[in-house]
Amino acid sequence: MLENYLPIVVFILLGIAFGVGPMLIGYLLGPSKPDDEKNSQFECGFPAFDDSRMYFNVRYYLVAILFILFDLEVAFVFPWAVVQSQLGWFGFIGMSIFLFLLVVGFIFEWKNGALEWE
Amino acid sequence: MELWQSFVELVHDLIPWFDGTVAAILIILVKAVALIMPLMLVVAYFTYAERKVIGYMQLRIGPNRVGPKGWLQPIADALKLMTKEIIFPTKANIYLFLLAPVLAIAPAIAVWAVIPFDEGIYVTNLDVSLLYVLAIGSIGVYGIILAGWASNSKYPLLGAIRSASLLVSYEIVIGFALVTVVMVADSVNLNVIVETQKGGIFNWYFIPLFPMMIVFFISALVETNRAPFDVVEGESEIVGGTHVEYSGMTFAVFFLAEYANMILMAVLAVVMFFGGWHSPFEGIPVMESIFGWVPGIIWLLAKTTFFMFLYLWVRATFPRFRYDQIMRLSWKVFLPLTIVWIFVVALMTQLNIGPWFS
Repeated sequence: MLENYLPIVVFILLGIAFGVGPMLIGYLLGPSKPDDEKNSQFECGFPAFDDSRMYFNVRYYLVAILFILFDLEVAFVFPWAVVQSQLGWFGFIGMSIFLFLLVVGFIFEWKNGALEWE
Repeated sequence: MELWQSFVELVHDLIPWFDGTVAAILIILVKAVALIMPLMLVVAYFTYAERKVIGYMQLRIGPNRVGPKGWLQPIADALKLMTKEIIFPTKANIYLFLLAPVLAIAPAIAVWAVIPFDEGIYVTNLDVSLLYVLAIGSIGVYGIILAGWASNSKYPLLGAIRSASLLVSYEIVIGFALVTVVMVADSVNLNVIVETQKGGIFNWYFIPLFPMMIVFFISALVETNRAPFDVVEGESEIVGGTHVEYSGMTFAVFFLAEYANMILMAVLAVVMFFGGWHSPFEGIPVMESIFGWVPGIIWLLAKTTFFMFLYLWVRATFPRFRYDQIMRLSWKVFLPLTIVWIFVVALMTQLNIGPWFS
């Protein structure tokens, strides 16, 4: 069983190699003539002012929190989905209660405007 | 198999450190090369096809200078990118800056280990391969966030924040859409999911789960930052999104990852909804015997090519969505729809409503 996971380790290592290798080739083949202008951060024709790590809208943060909730939900639903046809009505009602609670929360978020983007 | 055993023992006598484990790793490496090399070639020529197809759709010719009909264009592009200078911005966190492309491409390649191409043709057969695809696929988000943050520049950061919340929103939707497939197939093993779609086009899951197929495909467009949902790059608003500070091969690695992911999503759509390696003519009397000789992998690749073409078609057809419209689509349309559809599928399986859910 565990030997099925060996190819995955190999593939992840290969993936890393595919990331590092081309960059190394590019570094070796390409020229290297750095100057201040070239290495400065991108801006439309004038030197950048302000810290570039600026404040951003709190909604992005809200989306991240909602994501954690719903992704956990997906993680819970997956094992149920595999066996749901064998569980019968017991499994159906159990999952209905679980999903119902989350849908109530979802409606609450919707009504409170957590999903609005202005 | 016995032949292989005796071969391993023979080599073991000659070279002491060559034993079963090394031989196993060697086989995996051969399989990996046989998979990744064609994949990279497809990525290269997918970019060529993209420019050509969109060119013709816009009544242009597209690339036609390098080689006959421009066939050598991708190779010329690769050579050009290789010989370009890699710029290290002064203000960037240099290690994170270089880690980001690696984090983008490593999952994009690692995912391919579990994709079944034909009956028995896969690198590894995990019982949880669908979960593996979802888990590894979500690591790709880190590449984009890190790229935006490490560049320490305004536009990459804006692109990274946008892309993070977009990817995250649509990951939930993709998860729910795939849950319905799992409910019908009773397995999270991709091989088994394809196997249950055997017996003709009417057993493919895109018919009973048609809305979920649409949801999955649209979400796949968003997950891979494709037009009309490419606000992450959004060249008319934020220059080039997360890629602004990247040049030469560091950019090329991001590019490879993005296209490898697009092809992956196309394959996944075929495996989950369109019967994987099964022929569409199964069970149709005359056609079945005419097309009986075609190997399954050809069918899989043909269907995948169709979906890859769909990516280009969609890009040439639709204008870009506004950011709030995309977010509304995911949270207010797709999410309720998928949750309702899970109920529908569960109810249909419990009530044994045929022909698909019994």
